[in-house]
Amino acid sequence: MDSFHIADLFGSIAQIWNEWLGGFLATEWVNIVNKAVGALLVTAVPVVIVVFTILGERKIIGRFQDRLGPNRVGPFGIFQTIPDVVKLLTKEIITPAHVDKLLYNIAPLLSVSSVILIWAVMPFAKNIIGVDLDVGALYFVAVSSFGTLAILLAGWSSNNKYALVAAFRVVAQLVSYEVPMVLALLVPVMLAGTLKMNGIVEAQAGEVWYVVLAPVSMLIFFISSTAEVGRSPFDLLEADSEIVAGYNIEYSGMKFAMFFLGEWIHAFTICGLTATLFLGGWHGPFVDQVPLLGPIYFLIKMFVVYFIHIWIRTTMPRIRIDHLLDLNWKFLVPLSLVNLIVMMFVIKLVGDSVAKTSVLLISNVLMFVGTFMILGEVGRQARQREESMRQAEPVTAGVQG
Amino acid sequence: MLSDYELIGILAIFALALPILAIVGGSILGPRKPNRIKTDVYECGMESYGPTWVQFKVQYYIFALVFLVFDIEMVLLFPFAAAFKILPLYAVIEAAIFILILAAALVYAWKKQALEWF
Repeated sequence: MDSFHIADLFGSIAQIWNEWLGGFLATEWVNIVNKAVGALLVTAVPVVIVVFTILGERKIIGRFQDRLGPNRVGPFGIFQTIPDVVKLLTKEIITPAHVDKLLYNIAPLLSVSSVILIWAVMPFAKNIIGVDLDVGALYFVAVSSFGTLAILLAGWSSNNKYALVAAFRVVAQLVSYEVPMVLALLVPVMLAGTLKMNGIVEAQAGEVWYVVLAPVSMLIFFISSTAEVGRSPFDLLEADSEIVAGYNIEYSGMKFAMFFLGEWIHAFTICGLTATLFLGGWHGPFVDQVPLLGPIYFLIKMFVVYFIHIWIRTTMPRIRIDHLLDLNWKFLVPLSLVNLIVMMFVIKLVGDSVAKTSVLLISNVLMFVGTFMILGEVGRQARQREESMRQAEPVTAGVQG
Repeated sequence: MLSDYELIGILAIFALALPILAIVGGSILGPRKPNRIKTDVYECGMESYGPTWVQFKVQYYIFALVFLVFDIEMVLLFPFAAAFKILPLYAVIEAAIFILILAAALVYAWKKQALEWF
């Protein structure tokens, strides 16, 4: 007990816990109990964070939309989530008559569990991570695709035409946006030379954050992972004004709440991943002396990215499906391929020399400027073509019609 | 190394137990009074017409096919990216050629107007 230091709060707690448990259990049992407790904590942490983010997001969106947000339950409405949960718990769970029962019931379970599984590789601090898998980044990609599957299952099994349209849109949107997301994810992996999440953070602690070395990758990752969550401006899956509620139209009560919870956890999970991969994760000043600062830095970075996420959500209108697919296949995918090839060669040729940071930054800026010049040129040509077509076909078409 | 996945296994059980408990709790606490109208398909009050599981726009399927090309490419690039630091320049050129071959598939799909939305 003499080893208790407030600076290393979690480490001290872990040590005391291990000593206490080792007092009456064999070593292998201590191991298993620790793993079970770890898994329980990994499950609990995102659910606890979601309670705060629901309130925070509603408050912030309220301010963006020039209203107050929840302010009735408790001081400043901080207990608003509790009556909401109670309401959802006491609602009737209606199972429509013609649904595909098995898939209909599996979908909400997958929706939540897929995002909770991602948190197994989320590094809060050097030693606070569920399990530092040596294929962490690949694990994240693999597990998060279960979420896509959940929405696809929900849309298809509901036996509802609106839900079916949503399921098709899932194929077009969530599946497509996985391509640039993963291609952008490869760049920090290349820079760090490891797939371990903690390895990527430590590599950033060793040099500079990857937001400086690979800003284009960060932009691509952030945009496409926002689309993966399926929120505004990419909320075609549940576009309330066209397909009512999309894939979750036939769900009610707690089953609906599970989709809601899954989406909400997913939203700040991708913000946590952006913070981990590009913003240095738990790394920050004095983190080596005071390990307690690690989780604090991580949460601060996560919520800063989350604020930008909410900002985009409240500012942008929903985009049309052809624009959505054009943005992905004709902009993000070619850009991420070019980005990958350029980064590959630049990192390899520059090596670990002093000029690394500046050369990488300059190549990213050049890529950025080049992309916008090409896009501007393509847009100008398209406009000119349209203009000349309009001049070539004068009003005669209207007369014939 | 395999012991890393013990936690993932336990976590998978917990992660599935959480929504199951919530849904079971909801079905215990909530009322349960189904009737024919309530369990009918919800289409904004209209009677549902015809079967739901019909063939839709083929476009969605084409996008899924284009995705498949890139999905496999990405999986093959992960080991390359993980071992990137120890690879010689020669291997990097090979990987670039590999990416360019698949980029040709994208260009082909683009020229075939598979990426247009009609």
